[in-house]
Amino acid sequence: MQTQPTTTADLPRHSDLVEERLVRWYLIAACVYLTIAMLGGFLMGFQMIRYNPLAGIEIFSPGRWRMIHTNGVAYGFIATAFLGVLHWVVPRITLHPVLDHRLSYFIFFAWQVVILGTVVGIMLGEAQGLEWGETPVWIDPLAQVGLGLVAINFMAPIRHVKGPMYVTLWYFTAAFIWTFLTYAMGNFIPQYFVTGTSAGAIGGMFIHDLVGLFVTPLGWGAMYYFVPILLKKPIWSHGLSLVGFWGLAFFYPLTGIHHFLYTPIPMFLQYGAVLSTIAVEMVVTTVIVNFFATIRGSTGALRENIPIRWFYTGMVFYFLTCLQCAFQTTLTFQALIHFSDWVVGHAHMVMYGVFSQWLIGMMLYLFPRLWRTDWYSRRLLEWQYWLSAVGIAIMSADLIILGVFQGYMWASLAPWSDVIQFSIPWWALRIVSGVMIFASHMIFMTHMLLTWMKAVAERKQEAASNPSTVAQTV
Amino acid sequence: MLEKRSGVFFIAGLFFFGLAFVSQAVVPILMYRDQPEKTAEQLVNPNVRFQMEDLAKRFPESFKEAFGEIPAVGPEREAWLNQRCADALRIGRKAYTGEACWHCHSQFVRPVSNEDRRWGPVAKAEEYQNELQRPVLFGTRRVGPDLSREGGRRSNDWHAVHLFKPNSLISGSPMPAYPWYFEGSPDKPNKRGLSLILYVQWLGSWLESYPYYEDYKASPLRSPDARRPSPAIAVTSEGGKP
Ligand code: HEM
Ligand code: HEM
Repeated sequence: MQTQPTTTADLPRHSDLVEERLVRWYLIAACVYLTIAMLGGFLMGFQMIRYNPLAGIEIFSPGRWRMIHTNGVAYGFIATAFLGVLHWVVPRITLHPVLDHRLSYFIFFAWQVVILGTVVGIMLGEAQGLEWGETPVWIDPLAQVGLGLVAINFMAPIRHVKGPMYVTLWYFTAAFIWTFLTYAMGNFIPQYFVTGTSAGAIGGMFIHDLVGLFVTPLGWGAMYYFVPILLKKPIWSHGLSLVGFWGLAFFYPLTGIHHFLYTPIPMFLQYGAVLSTIAVEMVVTTVIVNFFATIRGSTGALRENIPIRWFYTGMVFYFLTCLQCAFQTTLTFQALIHFSDWVVGHAHMVMYGVFSQWLIGMMLYLFPRLWRTDWYSRRLLEWQYWLSAVGIAIMSADLIILGVFQGYMWASLAPWSDVIQFSIPWWALRIVSGVMIFASHMIFMTHMLLTWMKAVAERKQEAASNPSTVAQTV
Repeated sequence: MLEKRSGVFFIAGLFFFGLAFVSQAVVPILMYRDQPEKTAEQLVNPNVRFQMEDLAKRFPESFKEAFGEIPAVGPEREAWLNQRCADALRIGRKAYTGEACWHCHSQFVRPVSNEDRRWGPVAKAEEYQNELQRPVLFGTRRVGPDLSREGGRRSNDWHAVHLFKPNSLISGSPMPAYPWYFEGSPDKPNKRGLSLILYVQWLGSWLESYPYYEDYKASPLRSPDARRPSPAIAVTSEGGKP
């Protein structure tokens, strides 16, 4: 799949390409941030069922922690984990190291400053009034520079690729530019340049481009890389890959306004956004077909190969969210479900059910290679998987169904407090499913620790038996 | 072309993004360019000014500590109050975004789902062309009710008590308590608290249909029965069921 040297003798050594320590740091940091973000979700979740053990403490205001929850998930977990994965994938697929390892380390630390600054800033009530962009305004410029450096650092090895690139690199190349532009557009234009309704249109684009032009292309790019490697066979159809990528590139940016249907934004723009959203759903179907055709004949891997199982679970959820999206974007559905828990269910299904599943799958693939040992326990892997999969299935089903009820109750002009009373048991079930997801993550973190200790012990043993071979594992 | 770096970079990365930006962002910007952005000072209207003075009357100590002494009569007093009112709106908006109120309370009424019956007139573009809507606070979620027509619907006392401890007014309310906007009790809001209440009272205060519960002049709703304490109580007795 590389277009580069073919004999093994010419291949650069893995250790010259990948800065493994950095990959480990990124992945571990991502897991820590996910823990914090989930705790924020619990705080808000408990507030909604009116049991908040931290009530009355300013820095634990549930609203502030809701923003830490969403930003922590997007920037703390998803972005950080992707940076780690990119440091593995990009050098290996292009056979060139990133521009400069010192720059990589600088970006790592700058990114931690961005995330911690965001968390502390939001805790102190400095949030910016922009959904997904609540990062306080004084951090935005640093984040913007950081994203620019990320693009430069990773575009350097991609520059060496001659001729047609592999699918993964289409997605990554586009994602580097899109992320940079999206962040600039969303964080600065509505804050400093335009106001009101037109700023709402930009805000909608920002919300959606963040998912569609930053997370989605990195996710699919990584899938096109890992799935063929793990299944040991090529992707089923190259043509469909082309359709998938170019369809996404064209239609996705056009969909933003579907977050603000029935606002004062001009109606013809709303119609446009609705149509392109439905078009995206068609495109997504081609990608899904491509991947399921790829695994045809190797479905045993779903049982045996843990990362593959996580990847394909994510794809099933991806198909479900996009199908849901094609319906919920229509004006008929919008009238009913907008503002309700339906949307929250959708958000969890896509952010956890899809992208977090993929990232956790990638971590499950990478950590044994980074530590050069197998996972400590198969049982723990199974528990982690099933708690997560069942948890997210319950959570999204619960919230999506609740949303439909809420929509009808609101439209029937039922008193607001009746709707709240009706929702409480459903919100309680959300907490239960949240505990399952959280438990899955805690098992994962514990398992990482156990595996790491096992790796250290093995290295010690090797060193004792044969001192010369230690550093030579490739 | 479609698989080359330059193709991906320029066509997908830059051109398609630019196309979307032009069609989805530049078009509305051009359409609304004849509606200039109003400053907070320009947003001060008689309704919200009334609420400002009402806050000064109800919470005299707190008000004085937060904004200083109101000058005696005359144009000085007018200018002073207007300026403090604008300042308070800015501070209030900051608290409103800082607490993520807008992640539970939207600020637009849609023309569907009976929303105009529940809350009032459907949202119009010009309502959002002002400094306090930068970035715009439409919101995408309603745990609590829409607030874009909240101004004048409840009294300042109600808001103070509600913000201090929502479930003391609406039993079973899932809304968090915000005691840090007060010095210990609901009758002592601090500067941020007063400003936040004023900000909520400002929402919708520009409308023709602004509720008439309280005003400088006698309210047309006042009942002939002199023993009824105040129309504010009579009208809100529904108890948080908008
Ligand atoms: C650990 C259990 C979790 C709990 C208890 C939880 C709880 C919550 C709550 C209460 C909200 C606010 C919903 C509302 O406004 O009504 C929320 C929003 C959100 N959460 Fe979670 N969450 C959890 C895990 C996650 C995970 C793992 C992710 C993603 C990886 C995630 C992504 C989101 C997103 C994207 C939103 C915003 C939804 C929207 O604005 O529509 N959550 N969560
Ligand atoms: C400091 C930020 C907030 C402000 C200024 C605020 C303001 C208000 C106001 C004025 C009302 C009364 C509406 C009416 O009945 O006329 C209300 C109700 C409500 N709010 Fe909030 N809110 C804030 C934060 C939140 C948050 C974060 C939540 C979500 C957990 C929430 C949930 C609710 C609910 C469920 C109601 C309806 C029940 C009730 O009136 O208590 N609010 N809010």
